[in-house]
Formats: sequence, structure tokens, C-alpha cells
Amino acid sequence: MGQFIARRVVLGIIALMLAMLIVFSLSRVKGDPRYFFIGEDSLGIDPAVWEEWGRRLNLDKPVPIQFALWMGDILTGDFGDSVTTQRGVLEIIGEKAPNTIQLGIIAWLLGTLVGVPLGVFSATNRGNFLDYVLRGFALFGQSVPIFWLALVMIFVFAVNLGWLPSGTKGEGLAIRNFVMPAVALAWFPAASYLRITRTAMLEILDSEFVKFARAKGVAQAPVRWKHAFRNAIIPPLTLSVFVLFGLLNGTIIIETVFAWPGLGRLAIDALWATDYPLLAGLAIIYGAAFVVMILSLDIVYALLDPRIKYN
Amino acid sequence: MTVEQTASLAAQSSPAVQQRLTLWYIVRRWPILPVTLLALLVIMGVGADWIAPNDPIDQSLPDRNANPLYRDGSPYLFGGDHVGRDVLSRVIHGARVSLSVMGVALSAGMLIGTGLGLLAGYAGGVVDELITRIVDIWMGFPFLLLALVAAIIVGASFQTIMVLMILVAWVSFVRNVRADVLVIKESGYVALAKISGASTTRILVRHILPGTIGTITVIASLSVGNLILYEATLSFLGAGIPAPTPSWGNMVAEGRDYLQTAWWTSVIPGTALFLTVMSLNFFGDWLRDRLDPRLRQLG
Repeated sequence: MGQFIARRVVLGIIALMLAMLIVFSLSRVKGDPRYFFIGEDSLGIDPAVWEEWGRRLNLDKPVPIQFALWMGDILTGDFGDSVTTQRGVLEIIGEKAPNTIQLGIIAWLLGTLVGVPLGVFSATNRGNFLDYVLRGFALFGQSVPIFWLALVMIFVFAVNLGWLPSGTKGEGLAIRNFVMPAVALAWFPAASYLRITRTAMLEILDSEFVKFARAKGVAQAPVRWKHAFRNAIIPPLTLSVFVLFGLLNGTIIIETVFAWPGLGRLAIDALWATDYPLLAGLAIIYGAAFVVMILSLDIVYALLDPRIKYN
Repeated sequence: MTVEQTASLAAQSSPAVQQRLTLWYIVRRWPILPVTLLALLVIMGVGADWIAPNDPIDQSLPDRNANPLYRDGSPYLFGGDHVGRDVLSRVIHGARVSLSVMGVALSAGMLIGTGLGLLAGYAGGVVDELITRIVDIWMGFPFLLLALVAAIIVGASFQTIMVLMILVAWVSFVRNVRADVLVIKESGYVALAKISGASTTRILVRHILPGTIGTITVIASLSVGNLILYEATLSFLGAGIPAPTPSWGNMVAEGRDYLQTAWWTSVIPGTALFLTVMSLNFFGDWLRDRLDPRLRQLG
């Protein structure tokens, strides 16, 4: 087990370093990263200032050393300053992160709590009308672009009916403000959970030990939940990694549409303002978040399924 | 109820019921609607210049947010957008972007992914380990953010988008092709090919590749919908196809400020996108059930 985790941690670290390498290389594509701050045509800068600036960014050293120094800075928590606000990147990210985490967790819970039970329900009612409806919902959910779904929701519930606020987070935990972003964000995961759970349940319900339990006279509910569902839990659990990854991407879209003051919105603002240090910092933080998620799920996964070998 | 039972039930019933049952049977069995929609998409994309009633980029100030269905003297079937361009023509031209994602990014991703999958599965050892690890790591990349970073630096353009799409597309092929190869390479005919002195390339291309075609087709059809959504998302966020070239993603983005006054400017391209992806997913499911039910776990 220890070895298994160690291996995963190493893989995660490599992934993160690779992401950093890409971010770093991208910053050198234009040649001199100083051009991010002043633009290539603004040549009226004092050469001495330019030089001093280059020294501060370690541009006088060879490129591999620049990378090592940059990575060292990142590891010690120094992500540089945002171009637009002149504040520390990490400070800005820390400020906005709770809003994204709240939204993400709510959407994740919503997606899981809706999708998994519906998947079980769909499988146990295989072939009847409700199963068709649920499968239709799953197909719809996996095909609808979430930015568009969010807009349609705003159009219907905020613009036309006026039931819910169309954007921003509000003070504290304002439930009404959470409804639309969380539902829009949970839509795709719910559909995926439904499909995966349904497939897994159908497979297990068809297996010998379930048939035997039925033959033995075990009631419907315990067969479904104790015999079948327990064994069908691995595929939805595996999906969780991709769902969480999807949510990281999803928050960028949803926060843009709903003007949500979180990390995703920050990324898009940074994009429009070509705030490179901020965007690079976000890419690294998102990468790190993903590595941590995948690692913790791997461990949960291994704990739940003794069949998995740790090598 | 099995197929035979349904059919025998249909045979016993009255002619009207019988016909209804067969029709329902055909609709259930063959993906008629999705394929029709996809054919329409291809026709729209390829023939956009001839089909589109108006120029997709020509602005016309009097027709700003003109009503759909030619109401109130509107010159356009699907209405006009915020600068008076024809939404229908833009939707038709926007199909090109989705088609290019399918044509360029998917095929390139398929080639790279299949090649690496064959290599990993057949060579085994260090090569296999290396490729598998790269794939593992690749799956963990925050691609949307990296795409935004790339958009800042290289600038959003058609080429940038296609390269990004290829970078996303290839991974899913590697794992599944590799898994197939691991099984196929143990088979008797591969051993015989080796004994008769066939070169590695020949074994891979003539003997192993054909066995993986089913998997490749299924993976391609299942992932293409997501790729199209991904492109649309990038365009929606402003890091994709740059204006004024119409793509469904940037049309939805441009229309979102006019939801209250002109909902059609973003709802119509969004619907086109949704129908396309839904058709592709539906078709992909159907293909998977036909070709390789083992792949159901991919969901």
C-alpha cells in the first residue's frame, strides 16, 4: 500500500513539473517574457530599468537555470505579481478560491446524489418507460454545452420568470444565488454518473451471486442495495476523478456566465487582460488541485476494492 | 421481451398495430434521426457558400436584432444578431468549424493515438511503460487553462485551436488500442506471420491493425462530441475561433448580452451545437453496442 501511494505521488509530481515546464516554455515563446508587461512596440523604456528588470527575472542566466529558479520560487509560494493589480498572484488566488470550492463541492454533491440513485433506479427498471426517460436525460445531459444550458437557465428563470438572481454570489451562503450555477455545473456529472451506474448495475444484477440471492428468497431492496450496488460502486467512483476534473474546467465556464467571483472568472479576466503571471499561477494551482484529487481518489479506490493490486 | 417475441407479437396483431410496431422497431434499431442531422451538418459545412442565404459577415445596421421568421419586416429566417448579420447564415458557416474539428483534429489525434497504442502494446517493456505513463500524466493536465495560456501567447486562431484539439484527442485512443494489441499479439496468426518472416511493420499494419479498427471507430465516435464541445467552449470563452469568423461557440458568446431583447442570437447556435453533439453521442452509443459492447464501461 505504501509503495502504491508513493508511486502515485511520484507520478503526480512529474505531471505537475511537466505542466510547469509547459507554462514556462510558453512564456518564452515570444522570446523575452518582459514583452508580456510592456508590449513589443513600447520601446521608450530606459535601458537601465530594462536591464535591472531582466536581472530581477533572472533573464541574464541560461534558460535551464531560469526554469530551475522559477520552479524554486513557485515551490516556496512565490508566484510573482499580477500585471493588472500588482498584487501577489497567490494572494489573489487565495482570496477567490473559497468561492470556487464552495460552488464545486455543492455541484459535486448534487451531481452524485442525483446521478447515482437515478442510475440504480434506471437499471432496476430496465426497459420500462422511466428507464427510457432517464436514458434520454443522460444523453441530453452529456450532449448539452453547459455554457448554453446556463444561458438558457438565465433566460428562463431570471429574465422571464424572475425567480432566481442571474448572477454574482451574494453575501455569505445565499442559497438562491447558488441554485442556478450549481445545477448547471452538476448537470453533466449527473448524466455521466447515471449512465455509468446504470451500466455497472445491469452487469452486476446479471451475475450469478445476485441470481443466487434472489433464488434464496432475499427481498428486492437488500438485493439491490446490499448485493448489487455495493459491487457496482467502483465504476462511478472511477468516474469521480473525471467529474472533479470536469468541474475544474466547468467552473471556468459557469463562473464566467454567472459572474461568480471565483478562480474561473479570475482566469478569464486574466485572459482578457493578458495577465500572464496570474494565468500561469492559476494553471499550476489547478494542476496541483487535480493531482491531489486523483491521488486521494486512487487511495479511496484501493481501500474500497481489495481486488486492486498495489503495483 | 426479446426481438423475436416482439416480431411475433407484431405478426399476430392487426395491420395497423403491426405497422406501428415495425416503425417503432426501426426507429429504435437504426439511428435514423441522428444520421440525418449529421448528414445535414456535413452538407451545411461543405456547401456553406452556396446554401447560406446571406453573407455571414456582412453587417447591416437596420437589421440589428431583427426578429426571426421574417416577422416585422425582418429579412432573416432566424433573425439578425446585434450587428444585423443573418443568424441562419452564420449558423451554416459555423458548421464548418465543427466539421474541421471532426476532420482535422480527430483524424490527426486518431493517427497519433493509434500509432502510439500499437507501439506500446506490441513493443512492451520500457516503451510501453513510457507511453502508458505519458498517457496517465496527460489525462491529468488542466487543458482548458493551458489552452487559455496558449491563447494569450500564440494568439487565438484556427491553427491554434486545431493543434489544441489534437493534443486533447489522441490520448483516449492509446489506452484502448494498446489493450487490443496486447490480446491480438498473442494470437496464432501473429505468431505464424512472425515465423514466416514478416517484418514488424507488416505485422503491425496488416495483421494487428485490422483487429483494432472496431475499437478505433468506437472511440472516435464517442470522443468526437466532446471535442466539438471543447472547441465551442474555447470559442465561447474568447480563446477559440476569433471574430468575425462564425463558430457556434463565439455566436453564443456574442448573443449572451442580448438575451433579454434577442434570445435567438445565442439560443439558435446553441441548439445547433447541442443537436450535433447529441446526434454524435447517440450514433457513438449505437456504434459501440453494435461493434464492441465490451467498451460500455467508457460510458
